[in-house]
Formats: sequence, structure tokens, C-alpha cells
Amino acid sequence: MVEVTLKVNGKSVTKSVKGNTLMTEFLRDELRLTGTHVGCDTSQCGACVIHVNGEAVKGCTMFAAEADGAEVATIEGMASPDGTLSVIQQAFQDHHGLQCGFCTPGMVMSAAALLKDNPKPTEAEVRDYLEGNLCRCTGYHNIVKAIMAASGQDVSSIAAE
Amino acid sequence: MPKDHGIGASPKRREDVRFLTGAGNYTDDINVYGQAYVHFLRSDVAHGKITKIDTSAAADMPGVVRIFTGADFEGVGSIPCGWQVTDLHGEPMKEPAHPVLAQGKVRHVGDPIAAIVADSLEEARNAAEAIELDIEELPAVVDMKAALADGSALVHDDLGDNLCYEWGFVEDNRAAVDEAIKNAAHVTTLELRNNRLVANPMEPRVALGEYSRANDHSTLHTTSQNPHVIRLLMGAFVLGIPEHKLTVIAPDVGGGFGTKIFHYAEEAFVTFASKACNRPVKWTASRSEAFMSDAHGRDHVTKIELALDADNNFTALRCDTYANMGAYLSTFASSVPTWLHGTLLAGNYKTPLVYTNVKAVFTNTVPVDAYRGAGRPEATFQIERVVDKAARELGVDPIALRRQNFISEFPYATPVAVEYDTGDYVATMDKLEEIADLSGFAARRAESEKNGKLRGLGVNCYIEACGIAPSNLVGQLGARAGLYDAATVRVNATGSISVMVGAHSHGQGHETAFPQVVAEMLGIDESMVEIVHGDTSKVPFGMGTYGSRSLAVCGSAMVRATEKIINKAKKIAAHLMEASDADIELKDGQFSVAGTDKSVAWGDVTLAAYVPHNYPLEDIEPGLEETAFYDPANFTYPSGAYACEVELDPDTGKVTIERFSAADDFGNVVNPMIVEGQVHGGIGQGVGQALLENAAYDENGQLLSASYMDYAMPRADDLPFYTVDHSCQTPCTHNPLGVKGCGEAGAIGSPPSVINAVIDAMQSGGFKVDHMDMPASPGRVWAAMHG
Ligand code: FES
Ligand code: FES
Repeated sequence: MVEVTLKVNGKSVTKSVKGNTLMTEFLRDELRLTGTHVGCDTSQCGACVIHVNGEAVKGCTMFAAEADGAEVATIEGMASPDGTLSVIQQAFQDHHGLQCGFCTPGMVMSAAALLKDNPKPTEAEVRDYLEGNLCRCTGYHNIVKAIMAASGQDVSSIAAE
Repeated sequence: MPKDHGIGASPKRREDVRFLTGAGNYTDDINVYGQAYVHFLRSDVAHGKITKIDTSAAADMPGVVRIFTGADFEGVGSIPCGWQVTDLHGEPMKEPAHPVLAQGKVRHVGDPIAAIVADSLEEARNAAEAIELDIEELPAVVDMKAALADGSALVHDDLGDNLCYEWGFVEDNRAAVDEAIKNAAHVTTLELRNNRLVANPMEPRVALGEYSRANDHSTLHTTSQNPHVIRLLMGAFVLGIPEHKLTVIAPDVGGGFGTKIFHYAEEAFVTFASKACNRPVKWTASRSEAFMSDAHGRDHVTKIELALDADNNFTALRCDTYANMGAYLSTFASSVPTWLHGTLLAGNYKTPLVYTNVKAVFTNTVPVDAYRGAGRPEATFQIERVVDKAARELGVDPIALRRQNFISEFPYATPVAVEYDTGDYVATMDKLEEIADLSGFAARRAESEKNGKLRGLGVNCYIEACGIAPSNLVGQLGARAGLYDAATVRVNATGSISVMVGAHSHGQGHETAFPQVVAEMLGIDESMVEIVHGDTSKVPFGMGTYGSRSLAVCGSAMVRATEKIINKAKKIAAHLMEASDADIELKDGQFSVAGTDKSVAWGDVTLAAYVPHNYPLEDIEPGLEETAFYDPANFTYPSGAYACEVELDPDTGKVTIERFSAADDFGNVVNPMIVEGQVHGGIGQGVGQALLENAAYDENGQLLSASYMDYAMPRADDLPFYTVDHSCQTPCTHNPLGVKGCGEAGAIGSPPSVINAVIDAMQSGGFKVDHMDMPASPGRVWAAMHG
């Protein structure tokens, strides 16, 4: 067991974890932050994307022990404390960018990382960036549209609401 | 002006708030005090005899609670099949036993052999390694035609062969169809495979069993599209638990697409083991486990023949299909290639004679069952590919050939036993030509060619049968359950409403769309209505969500229950206003007496129902709660026309989807935003089938595509923005909302247009390819072009 101290959504936590505990397991089982999902065992679906020190990371690819001293952000920390959705979350709701919601936390976290680096991505850039995030429900149309809308672009000419 | 509330409006989805903030409650998010974890030891060979299984060393490993093997389930029922198909000789299909844990033999890679229950998952996995297991490998049955040859190894020794059934439909038409084909001016023949798929909802399956000794009550939390179906199948057939001692709860479900309809061994296991161990037992599938234990979809091998007369009218269609059942019969497996496929083979056309022959075959592969569309995509793919091929052979325009043969009068009784109530195939084709800008195709093709690419256009139509189904009809056809649905509308004292429904959303947005209907009927605000679903202890016995049935069947039950509410509320209002029931009108949440200015509000009436001080107690009961069960009179028949434009790189064989357009007729639409989202998702899956996805087995029955490394899921950069339209609306004539269902259309309607486009692109480059099987991946396209 190793002791880790990290900040999760701005709150400091100290826990002892096993060396092989994945970040996803740590968040879901230890901290009960079940918004971070696990959709595969080959690091390919992106349902588990979180931010570690401001970078998008697949939570299933890192051990909790590696996060000692890190700042971690999860989907639970994206809305304001009063419940107001972030611009990206709101755009997903406005443009029906989710159906079953299982991929959604990872999509939102990936989108936030994309828009930080590239505030006005083109359609192709959004699609390219989402290469590591699978969604089985939406056919991606409304996800791409929502992310472009969240970046302040006019998406009204994109077919269908 | 689009409406801003009620039927036809697109309010934002209320469920999104929890999904967007990480507050969803999926089955794996649930943990209960004292729970143990189960790990299944699964077969790594496709077919074999278990010659030794010794768990004694494993049982002593740290943390192990108990290890179960097939022997522990000898007195327990078999996982049942929900549909008994009768073969063309009038005999029932063969139904092999499907034990919870393998007994004596393993029949596919992934077949569970032993289950280790331990304090932690890690301990359960470690203990699995210590189980001593010997399996004598047997020859694997993989190819369907070989499976039916004399001398093939047998998946189930007691059945005598690997044929589940041979079905003929309509058997009485067989000779006439053959005769018409013989005498036709032209016959187009096509042999094809509808590729095997894995549904892959992003949430893997999870099951958590809990047993209360104090109450002798079992509770199963599971990732299901239909908790009552699971309670019925598992309670009555497998474990023998009466309904009042068993609760099945499916909380938020992360996608299903059919594969979460079925009752699975793991559900029965955790329910059984939680009682045996007197401890909650939880199972969470890994994705690798999902690939080898979730029922797969499609996997039909078909020969189809279309006969035409000298004027290019379709005169007969014959379909011969081998349908893979896998190693066991999953819940609805037997119905997919038969009643969900053969009855759709008229398509959108007035072909007078149709015959389908289906051989359902057992193989040493994962069981195959319904996947989005289930039988209807297979039917559509065959028809729309063979029509396209016929047009090419005859040198006629494929759209004109379709138009010429369209059914144009409704109701229309097909030669395959169904009656289409409404539709307008000309209208959807006209709409498609407009939204897909087909007149601009030649210019776009020229542009592509300038860049060294080939461009192809593919069009197809589809018809589907949804809103499954009239219970008496499906009963005659072999269904072992009714297919009605149910809703309870509970009006509370202050006028707020809880609606308990048998349908269960796994992404379809029922929590938003269903209140739109109830609120519109009552003239109250949608926010006053809430949907309760997914828990057999709370909702009436409904059959769940699949087959695009939720609104058409459960929504109809909800309408009927709300009508009962209105009737009773009018009586209360009449009493309060000292008027006659017949004179009461309800509008915008106000009850008024016709021709007077007297009125009482919705809330006054609901309060009176629960505080019945001034109330007609001698005539009606207090309270305001009504239940309705709705059994549909017919299927619903959504239809449409789709167009796909691809670019093909002749150097690499890579196909990209440049444009995709869909013109659908869903009848009336309650929430256009949700409907369009359903079509998008269906197209995404249909394009996935056509270009990317394939569940492949080698000749030893090893699943080659068992993870996202080998199974190509559609990603954002594989797909374009789609143009979708549902403005052609011929309302369903037999349900109260006039709705038809939209959940499967995209997956049914899109694969043929993609392949038609790929063929068109190849042909435009001078490659004489008239068919290729899905998926049209670069290597396969290149091989098709260059032989
Ligand atoms: S769980 Fe699939 S990428 Fe992490
Ligand atoms: S919304 Fe269901 S997987 Fe994306």
C-alpha cells in the first residue's frame, strides 16, 4: 500500500492505495465519484477521461499511486457549485449531444481539453480529437455540433437539431 | 412556428442534467454493504468435453467465499428461449438445454464453466487460476453449411444434428414463387452475408444479486431494457422464484440496442449465489468478457432471387437464408430470422409472390439474437441490394425501378402476412431526392474524379414492422409472452403526476418525451409530470423497450390511462360545479361547464380527489390513479428512403462517407429532437456495419475480434454530419398517438445505401464489381476491385 495525497475537483484527499489500483477504480470505488465510467479494458473507449494537471488522461491507463501530488478534475467538478452547467455541458444538453449518457463524462472532459488548446476547432479537428472517445448512441453528429457550439461557433447551418 | 411544449415540441432532455454531471445511476455505480464479487472462469476453447474440474485448492485461496460449477446448478432450470418457432413440417424447433454454468461440455469461447465468489474481484480472479480444469477439445462447428453436412461434429449431441429448424414462409407460395422465377423475363440473383456484429453498448453488462433472508426476497439489479421480462424468465423458468419474492431493477442503462433484452446466465447466477452465500454478489463484465458473452447480432448467409417481367415489374422474390443461432438459443434468437425477417420481404414493393426459407443452425459461437433492427436490416439489405443489382443488369435507373414497383395504396396486404396500414413511399423518395441534392451528384462526382477519387451514390428504401406486437398474433406465431405494455398514471393531491411505465429508456429520453404527451392531454405544465421506470416493484407489468415500441405501445397505454384520469376528473369537476359530467370540458388545465363561465382548476379537482369533503363518494372512489394495459392491434410500419455518397480512393480502397441523407416517415412525432438523434445513432451503427464492423471467428471457433483493437467501432472521424428529415408523416391508423417508432430505422435503412454507393463508385471507375459483402473495409474493397 502507498499513501497518496492529491486534489480531486479542488478538494484535498489522502488515501492509502495498492500499487496496482487504477485511477478509475480509485475514483469510483474509493471516492465514490462514479461519473468516471469504464467502458473497455484496452484503453480505447474514452469513457474514463479525466484531467490530471490540466491534461486529458484516460483514467484506466494510470495508477492512483502515480497521481500523488496531482490536481485531478472529474466530470463531477465541471458544473458550478450551485449546479449551473458549464458552457460545454450546457451545449451538450442544448444540442442533444447525449443519449444513454455513458460516454458523456469522457466526451465532456475530452471536449474541455480540446477547447482549452484549440478554442475554435473545425469540424474535422473535433472529429479527429475525439478519436479516442467512442459513443455508440449518437452517431457523433450532435456531439460534434455541441462542441463546436460550445466554442462559440454558429452551428445553425448544420442540418438537424 | 415550432411548438415550445407538448406533442411536437423539443424540450431539452431532463435526464441530461444527471448524465452531464456524473450523477447518473448505472448498475455498476451501485454497491451494497457486504457485497462479494464473482469472476467467471470461461472456456477458451470453442468446443470440448470437461473431463476434470477440481476446485478444492482454489476454494482455500484467500478471500474465496464459494466456488460454483455446473454441478451446483443441476436442479436449476435452463435459460429459456422466449419464442418457439414451428418448422415447415409443423414440428417445434429443437431447444437444447442452456445451463447457467456448463455441464459436461463447453460450446463456445466464453461459455462459463465455474464461478468464483470472493471478497474482492482480485481474489476471485486469483482463485480462478488455481482451479484444475481439463478439457478434451472437440472439433469446432463454425461454418453454417458445414454444420449441416453429414458427419459434422454436434454442438448438442442429444439433438442428432445442428439444425434448429427449417422454416418456410409462406410455404404455400413456394411452388408458385419457383414457377414465377422460372418463367420470368429476367432474374437477378445475389449471394450475400449479413455480417456478424457485436452490439457494444458503451456500458458493459452488470448484475448485482441481493437476498434478504429476513423477507425471503431476492433483488436483482441489472443492465436491462426490460426488467419485467427478466423477472418473468428468470423467476418462472430458471430459479423458480415467484414474482412477489423477486424484484428486478434496471436503473440508468448505458445503451442496449437489443443485447440487453435477453436473460443471461450471469443474472441468474448472482441471484442464485446471493441466496446460497447469503451475501450480495456483484458481476461487472469487462469489455473482453462482453465480446464473448453478450449475444451477437445478424450473421445470415443468404441467396436471394428477384424475378421481373419484361416491363421490369417485380413478379417474385425468393430468399434462402442460413441463420446462425450460436451455441444456445438466446431469448428471442429464433424469432429474428423468421417472423422479424420473412414478414418484411415484400419491402416497399408490390411483388405479388414471396417465399423465404430459413435454416437456423447451431454452431460453436456466442449465441446470436436481436441487434438494432433484428431481422429487418437483413431483409432490407437483401431486397435493396438485389433491386440495385437488377437495375444495373437491366440498365435502368435504380430509383425509377423502385418507384415503378412501389406499393401505392394503403392499407396493403402483403403476400407475407402483414398489412401495412399507411405509408407514402413516393413522398419519402421525393423528399430524399430534394434533401440529398441528387441533381448535384454529377458535379460532385466530377469534382472527386478531378482529385483522383471515385465517387458513388447509393439509394435505398426500407420498411420495418415496429411496435411489437399484437399478443394474440405473436402467440400464434410462437411467442411465449404477451407483447402489450402498461402504464399507471398516479395523480397526486396537488396535481403533480407520477407515471409508472413498463417501457425502459436506455438512452431514448422517455423521461422527457412521455411527459410531453400527458401534459398536452391535460393542459398542464410538463414539469408537473414525472416518469418512473425500470423497477418491477414500482411499475406495472410491461414488456420494456425494444423493437421501436416504447411510444407506440407503452405510450398508447399511457394515453389510455390518462383518458381514464380525465373521465374521472370530469366527474369530480361536475360535482364541484353542480353540473352534468357530459357538459364538462378540459382545456389548458381548467375544467369548465360548456356554455357557462363556471370553471375549476386542475389542482382543485385533484385536491378534491384526495380530500373528498365535497365529493360524490356514493358514485366514485376517492383518489385519482389509473392503470391501462395496451395491446396493439397491428404492427406499425415506419418507412423511408436513404441516400449515401461515398468517395473511394482507388489506390488504397479506403471509402469515406461524404454525404448521408435520410427521409423517414415515422407518422406523428412527439419530440423531433429526440427522433432525429435516434436516426443519427442508427445511421452511425448502420454505417459501422457497412464499412467497419465484423465479428470474425477462425475455423477453430476462436473469436478473432474480441476487443476494440480488432473490432472496428465507428469513431467520430468515420462519420459525417447527416441530413435527416421526418416531415413526411402518414400517421399510424391504429394507435391513439398515430406514432410508428423511430429507434431502429437508421440501422435498418443505412447499410444497403452504403454498399450500393461503394458498388457505384467502383463501377464508375470501370471495375466490374456487382457485389461485395460487408464490411467494405479498405483491404476488402481493394481486393474486390483488383480481384
Ligand atoms: S475505460 Fe475505456 S479507455 Fe478507459
Ligand atoms: S450517449 Fe450512449 S454511448 Fe454516447
